[in-house]
This record gives sequence, structure tokens and C-alpha cells, in this order.
Amino acid sequence: MTTTPARLVRADPGPPYEITFDGRPVPALPGQSIAAALWAAGILAWRTTRDSGAPRGAFCGIGACHDCLATVNGRPNRRACLVPARPGDVITTQKGTGHDDLAV
Amino acid sequence: MTTSPSEHGAPPGSTGDDPPCDLAVVGAGPAGLAAAVTAAGLGLNVMLLDAGERPGGQYYRHPAPGLRAARPQALHHHWHVFARLERRLRAHTTTGRLRHLPGHHVWTVLPEQPAETRQSAPAPAPVWRLHAVADEGPGAGSEDGGESPVTVRAHTVLLATGAYERQLPFPGWTLPGVVGAGGAQAMLKSGLVLPGRRTVVAGSGPLLLAVAAALAAAGGTVPAVVEAADYPSYAHRPAALLRNPGKLAEGAAHGATLLRHGVRLLTRHAVTAAHGTARVQAVTVERLDRDWRPLPGSARRIPCDALATGHGLVPQLELATALGCATLRTADGTPALDLDGEQRTSVPGVWSAGETGGIGGAELALAEGELAAYSVARALRGTRLPPRAAVLRGRRDRLRAFGEAMATVHRPGVGWTAWLDDATHVCRCEEVPAGAIREAAGELGARDARTVKLLTRAGMGWCQGRMCGPAVACLAGAEPAPDRRPLSCPVPLGHLAALPGAGPPAQAPPPPQPPAPADR
Ligand SMILES: Cc1cc2nc3c(=O)[nH]c(=O)nc-3n(C[C@H](O)[C@@H](O)[C@H](O)COP(=O)(O)OP(=O)(O)OC[C@H]3O[C@@H](n4cnc5c(N)ncnc54)[C@H](O)[C@@H]3O)c2cc1C
Ligand code: FES
Repeated sequence: MTTTPARLVRADPGPPYEITFDGRPVPALPGQSIAAALWAAGILAWRTTRDSGAPRGAFCGIGACHDCLATVNGRPNRRACLVPARPGDVITTQKGTGHDDLAV
Repeated sequence: MTTSPSEHGAPPGSTGDDPPCDLAVVGAGPAGLAAAVTAAGLGLNVMLLDAGERPGGQYYRHPAPGLRAARPQALHHHWHVFARLERRLRAHTTTGRLRHLPGHHVWTVLPEQPAETRQSAPAPAPVWRLHAVADEGPGAGSEDGGESPVTVRAHTVLLATGAYERQLPFPGWTLPGVVGAGGAQAMLKSGLVLPGRRTVVAGSGPLLLAVAAALAAAGGTVPAVVEAADYPSYAHRPAALLRNPGKLAEGAAHGATLLRHGVRLLTRHAVTAAHGTARVQAVTVERLDRDWRPLPGSARRIPCDALATGHGLVPQLELATALGCATLRTADGTPALDLDGEQRTSVPGVWSAGETGGIGGAELALAEGELAAYSVARALRGTRLPPRAAVLRGRRDRLRAFGEAMATVHRPGVGWTAWLDDATHVCRCEEVPAGAIREAAGELGARDARTVKLLTRAGMGWCQGRMCGPAVACLAGAEPAPDRRPLSCPVPLGHLAALPGAGPPAQAPPPPQPPAPADR
């Protein structure tokens, strides 16, 4: 039996639930962040940059780089590495970044 | 005028009007956790604020409860240490001695009585206000993920904000599938996922071995660990190594895992380019000279579908520097807090522990956190330091020496900039190419990261220079400056407007005003 991270730590999560990414169904395990669910489905990019339109996804994995920004249920600029996936979440590729109401 | 928590999730008693607690700890990593439970055990009232949803920080990052991992220790050394800390955390939370506020990012700390706090005479303990956003998590922010402002008052503050990864860019490093080495580790530990099937691990520093070992143990293939430094150069620091058998054992354990999985360790090599279009498909590895300059003719390609990369860690200092805490340079040129024998910063009433005082690992962070708690109790209660403090101090000195030895070995060589071509985006957020930074540093005469930032926008994006800062400083020909960020994280403008109007304290920077970079 091949090793997986879940087998290594003997994880026994409940059944996966479904979220969607750009309309495509993606399974998520209870407790996984949106980024983790997307990685598990082999999806590594869910944002394009403002200037060059280059694809980006999770980089730092800990909420620091903001490369993983996604639009979640219509709300832009959510850090996918931090936000837990919830049943029925609708994730869409975020084009550019809306700096709107945040100061950095 | 004070900030007020929203009805959602904000803990009671955090409106900014409550009596101050004895100690507010920022960061629930090994350092902050050890400090918080020790202080609570000594009878202090403690608030523990952490940006993360679960305690543990980077080292003890672990799967969410929903994943129901029966053996989280398979991804951790010393899991029992964390289990014990967590038990104590729960016990003190139950008695009300300690309040843990997860999902709270502290964006600034301000003194309430700036005038009196700088005298060294036994003035009354100052009161600090910690402003946080409670965000994005189910336990903290509101249902729709909105953030709510929270203010905590405290007589003393311990900053245990840890570190972030130093990134040195190379062509292709912005491709999907290229992830931080610590980031890959964090995603694995918390979400039980791998970035790809074949992950090259590259950069510099002992963390690479831990990451490669974890990826391999979790079923990933690691074609190579590519380390820019020379491990044999550890042999030049025998004293620090021999006095730290625990550290050697940990390294040996990682080494054994790598051996078992047939992972190659290439020292004095670097990944100097990542290739692919939609995602990384291969990397170029080159041999380096002593200064990390690639040796001509040594390039070869390694096919892979992910690359985990990082070049050591950088202390996260912005809360401390905004308070005016003095810094020093560690052996690799990185700024860290200047702390005394009891973990006190140069600002009375503010302590720090863990990676903020220089990179040294979890065991050091634990020792420092505990030591700091004894010191805080002594300052507030006039009690004496227990004999254990001397033991902790000895441990700290020994582990600090080890950290310094490591930093010396892994100090980035000046030749790394030869990996860059002019088109490589050095600043990921604002997509500023190396050519523009070189131009700013050359023709335009910029001599530090700050000037480069003003000229090119490098470091002006959402990560606030955490990803590109060390690289930009290097391209500008400067040693990296201590972190300065008016806000520790992006903050809704409404929260800023709600800050008490008393004006900024003497040691703090002026109220943050940089408008968010405009959308173009
Ligand atoms: C991404 C990453 C992964 C790592 N993985 C490993 C590993 O697998 N093995 C290993 O040996 N070492 C690892 N390290 C090294 C790590 O620094 C450890 O040595 C150890 O966790 C340090 O403990 P600490 O308590 O000093 O800081 P940390 O463990 O980093 O804890 C700091 C805590 O402070 C919180 N924080 C920071 N700023 C704020 C703020 N403004 N407001 C609120 N909370 C804040 C953070 O969320 C974090 O929980 C990693 C480091 C990084 C950056
Ligand atoms: S991956 Fe860096 S913020 Fe999410």
C-alpha cells in the first residue's frame, strides 16, 4: 500500500464533502484549508497576477505571502491557505488583486 | 473612543476597556506557549494571542481536528513535549488564568502611558494596548469570514512572533508548483497534502532536511535535496556541535529517513532555474563556488512537478521594531532582537523569546519562553528567579551558540545574484523584475531596500516585503534592515480609523497611512 500523508498519521476524517473550483467539483476533507483541498486535487494555481496575468497559488503556506488569494463564495482576496473549506464553497480564480479596503 | 469587537466570535473582555491582564503573549509557537503556561502556573493572568487557529506555531503545526489524525507524531519530533504544553494550556484555560485567542493577528502594540515608561526606576508597570484583527477562521472572525477588531490591555508584553522564510529568487520561482520549503511543510502538517509527486527540495539551511524527510515519509518522491552551503564546513564549528547532541540526533534522524528513501543530498549546489509554463516541470541545478556563484558547465536538469525552496529563516520583528526595541545582527547578517539574560528587550515591559532573538529552533524557543515567564513574574511580583532559570539560561546559551554556527554555515553567499536574469520577478506581489531593481541600485543610486521600494514598488505589495525583502536588500548592496511595517498584517481601514485618538506614542511610528497600492 503506498504511503500518503493521511496514512502516515493514521487520519480517519469523515467523508469528504464537495466544493467547486471554477465550476469543477473538488473533494475536501473536513478540516482542510481551501488550498489543501485544491492541492489534493492537483490544482496549484487559482489566481492570476494583475500585471502579467501569470498563474499563482499557495507559496508560503502560512498566510504571509498573499499569493494564494482566491475568490470564495464571491468574496475576493481570501487567503486560501488559511480559510477552511466548507461544504458547498464556490471557489473561483481571482484575476488581479483588489486592494480595495485594506491598508498594508 | 475604543475599538469594539463585533458580536461574532470576539471574545468577551476584549473591548479595550477591561482591566489589563498581567501578561499578553503574542504568538503561540513553542516560545509563546512555554511562556504562557509557565506564567499562568506562576499565578499571572495571561492572554495568549495567535494568528493561527491552533496552538503550536510553525514547529508544532498539526492537522485540524476534523482530519482526526491518530498519529500526528509521525510528522513531528518531540510531539510529547507539545502534548504536555497543550494539556497545561487547557488546564489554565479552564481555571481562567489563561485566555487563548486563536485567529487573532496583532497588527500593532502601543503603550498607554508613553511618558513614564522609559525610566528604569521602579515606575508602575505600563499598560500596553494590543490591537488585533480576529480573522478568517471559524472560531474567530464572523461567519462570512469578516474580520473584527479586538483590543487587549496588558501590563507586560512578550513578543514570540517567530520567523518567516528567507527566499532568494531565481528564474521560474513564481511558477505554480514552486513553494516555500517551510510552506510545503506547513501544508503537509496541517492539511496532509503534498505539492506534487516529485518534489525537489532546494535552498539552504537545516530546515531543508526536515522538509525533505517529511515529504519522503509522507509518500512523496524527493529526487534531491539541493543545499547551497557545504555541510563539511560544520566541521569547522565542532564546539557548538558537540555541545548539542540533541541537535545532532535530530539531524541524524532526518539523514536516516533520507537515506532510507534514497534521497540524494547535493551540497554546494543550487536550483538556479525552474522550468514549465502552467506549472514547474523541471529545475536546473548548478554547482556553486564558495560564494554561491554557479560554476560554468555544471548545469543539469532534474525533472519534477514541484520544488520546495527556502534559504533559512528571518526573525519576524515588526511589532518589536515599531515599539523601538533594539536589534542586533546575527551571524548571517540578519537582524534579530537584542535581548538580555532574562529575555528583556531594550523597552521596559516588553520581553521576547524564540526566533525573534535569532534563529535557533524549537528547543531554544521553549527554553527562552519559560525563562521569560520567570522574568516577567519577577518584574511584576518581585519574586526571585527560581534555580531553574539558571538551567534554562545555560541551555539557551548552548543552543544560541549552535544557532550562530548554523547561521554562519548557511549565510547566503554574495554570488547568488548571478542566478537572476533581468526579467526574473524579484518582488512576487508587484512583479518587479531584477533589472528594475538593479537599475534603481545602479544608475539611480539606491543603497537600501527602502529606497529601492520607493523607486520600483518592490516590497510594496501585500506581503509587505516578507518574500522579497532580503533579496532586494542584497541587490541594493545593503545588509537587510530590521523589519519595519507600520501594520503587521493588512487591516481593514475601518479598524485604523477606530484607533484611540490619543496620538502615537513617542517610540512608535506615526499612524500608518500608506494607502493600499492602487489597482491599476
Ligand atoms: C513556514 C515555517 C515552517 C517551519 N517548519 C519547521 C519544521 O518543520 N521543523 C523545525 O524544526 N522548524 C521549523 N520551522 C522553524 C521554526 O521557526 C521553529 O524553530 C519554531 O517553531 C520556532 O518557535 P517560535 O515560538 O519562536 O516561533 P513560531 O513557531 O514561528 O511561532 C510564532 C507564532 O506567532 C504567531 N504570530 C506571528 N506574528 C503574529 C502577530 N502579529 N499576531 C499574532 N500572532 C502572530 C504565528 O502565527 C505563530 O503561531 C519552520 C519555520 C517556518 C517559518
Ligand atoms: S500561501 Fe502565502 S498567504 Fe497563503
